[in-house]
Amino acid sequence: MEMTKKQYKDYVKQVSPASPLVADMARAFVSGGLICTVGQVFSLLYRSMGLSQQTAGTLTSVTMIFLGALLTALNVYDDLARFSGAGTVIPITGFANSVASPAMEFRSEGLILGVGAKMFTVAGPVLVYGILSSAAYGLILWILQRM
Amino acid sequence: MFIEELLPAFLTGGVICAIAQVLIDKTALTPARIVVLFVVVGVVLTALGLYQPLVDFGGAGATVPIMGFGYLLANGVKEAVIQDGLLGVLTGGATAAAAGISAAVVFGWLASVTARPKAK
Amino acid sequence: MIEKKGRALLLGDGPVITASAAVGGKKEGEGPLGASFDLIVKDPYAGEKTWEKAECLLQKKAVTLAINKAGRSPTEVELLFSGDLINQCTPSCYAAVGLGIPSVGLFGACSTAAEGLALAALLLEAGACDRAVSVTSSHFCTAERQFRTPLAYGGQRAPTAQWTVTGSGAFLLERQGSGPRVRGALLGKPVDMGISDVTNMGAAMAPAACDTLAAFFRDSGKTPDDFDLILTGDLGSVGHRIVQEQLGQEGISLDDRYQDCGLLVYDSARQDTHAGGSGCGCSAVVLAGHILREMAKGSLKNVLLAGTGALMSPMSLQQGESIVGIAHLVWISAE
Repeated sequence: MEMTKKQYKDYVKQVSPASPLVADMARAFVSGGLICTVGQVFSLLYRSMGLSQQTAGTLTSVTMIFLGALLTALNVYDDLARFSGAGTVIPITGFANSVASPAMEFRSEGLILGVGAKMFTVAGPVLVYGILSSAAYGLILWILQRM
Repeated sequence: MFIEELLPAFLTGGVICAIAQVLIDKTALTPARIVVLFVVVGVVLTALGLYQPLVDFGGAGATVPIMGFGYLLANGVKEAVIQDGLLGVLTGGATAAAAGISAAVVFGWLASVTARPKAK
Repeated sequence: MIEKKGRALLLGDGPVITASAAVGGKKEGEGPLGASFDLIVKDPYAGEKTWEKAECLLQKKAVTLAINKAGRSPTEVELLFSGDLINQCTPSCYAAVGLGIPSVGLFGACSTAAEGLALAALLLEAGACDRAVSVTSSHFCTAERQFRTPLAYGGQRAPTAQWTVTGSGAFLLERQGSGPRVRGALLGKPVDMGISDVTNMGAAMAPAACDTLAAFFRDSGKTPDDFDLILTGDLGSVGHRIVQEQLGQEGISLDDRYQDCGLLVYDSARQDTHAGGSGCGCSAVVLAGHILREMAKGSLKNVLLAGTGALMSPMSLQQGESIVGIAHLVWISAE
């Protein structure tokens, strides 16, 4: 094959089927929208029970995380995800899935070094960079307050 | 429960997920990287005051997506810095996110001891 | 006697594949080649505690089935070549423990089936042994957890992604006996064309397959017309197209006699396997089952298999390295 790496890369791009973008987006839109609607229903429900906005919000997150972990444990979440793509990755149920799935997977390596150590192999970066960026924001805020 | 309370949540959440799908299909970014990106974007948009209007409009449509986690962290830090000063930089985010993180650990652990992954 | 013609190694009459066995999983059993398997293990755990142990069991079953089919016992086998995809090839190690056969562990990623066959045939022809077994295995679940994400993780597969075959194929080779013979081999060069997309392994391995096939036709004096079937290991639909097009440009026209084991093993439209099958077990089960059955029936006489492998690890990918491809070739003849 008389080709440079660059030429080969371009050629491969040309012969590889692309993801069906419009269909993928439509599925992500509908499934992501539906998950958020479920969240909204719980939020309204908790509010109607007389809980404060903040408590209702926290409880909604916890509920969605529970549902995500439950569907993962039932081996259903990955089936939904095959259809939904980003629609099941981006909602907080996807975060729960990304914690529960390695936990289940690495059970075979034991409770401590398997489940305990590997639980955040997928979701860890979200916590690291979420907390890091919030700390950076807090620091900027603190400096601005002092000026 | 009224349609006008649910429809904005559906639309907001749907649009956020559709944007993420474009990134998955059109860039070399893996879903794991996109989720990280969205959390950080959530923090930045909240810091700039741009995410609150989205939450006011979409409710859970803006807070359930992982950007809402960034929103939660940023607001937590802001409150804590105002109240406790410099220490709030370190306590605010994690405190606000405590319930979510603990829930993920507890339910994830329960999943691991009760369920076995299944081959498809 | 081994005749060396350039990179092509021609084996005269060549050692005989006196028996082979293909063991598959549920999905493979439901595929187009389902009827050609000797054994289908429906439970992905195969009754074991871990998938790794399950893969080990598949391999053990394939080896014993092949040896039994020839009416031999493991003590009569002098050498075992085995390999798989898992770190340090542990499924192969544990499968070999009970057999009591001197073992050579191989890693050629998904090319290992062809690599093992080639090495076993060469050592037999050189007189280093009279009877050898070559076996490889892969398992969808062990490969997913090592190379990709946990099984219950909600991800979407790219259209170019491939599906790791759960299965194991074993071959018993002897200096005497009846069956098709290994008449030639060519050991591949690692080729890196800069592809780093793990969801497009076919594209990463195709250049190596082109190099190996082109070298064989150039050095052996054979042409594609001398063969009824030319197979690559697991290039899938994308890699298959690349090999067809690129060799065509070099004046080597493979035409309809060119197939890919990854495309044969599943029905991609019905089984949601996207670009096709892959893994150490892929070419092994297709050859040990379907192809050798067809050769026994007489519908195939001369078959070339260029087993293709992607030599990489999750670590090398995270460090930004691209995927190195390799392809080892064997020529099997029933004439």
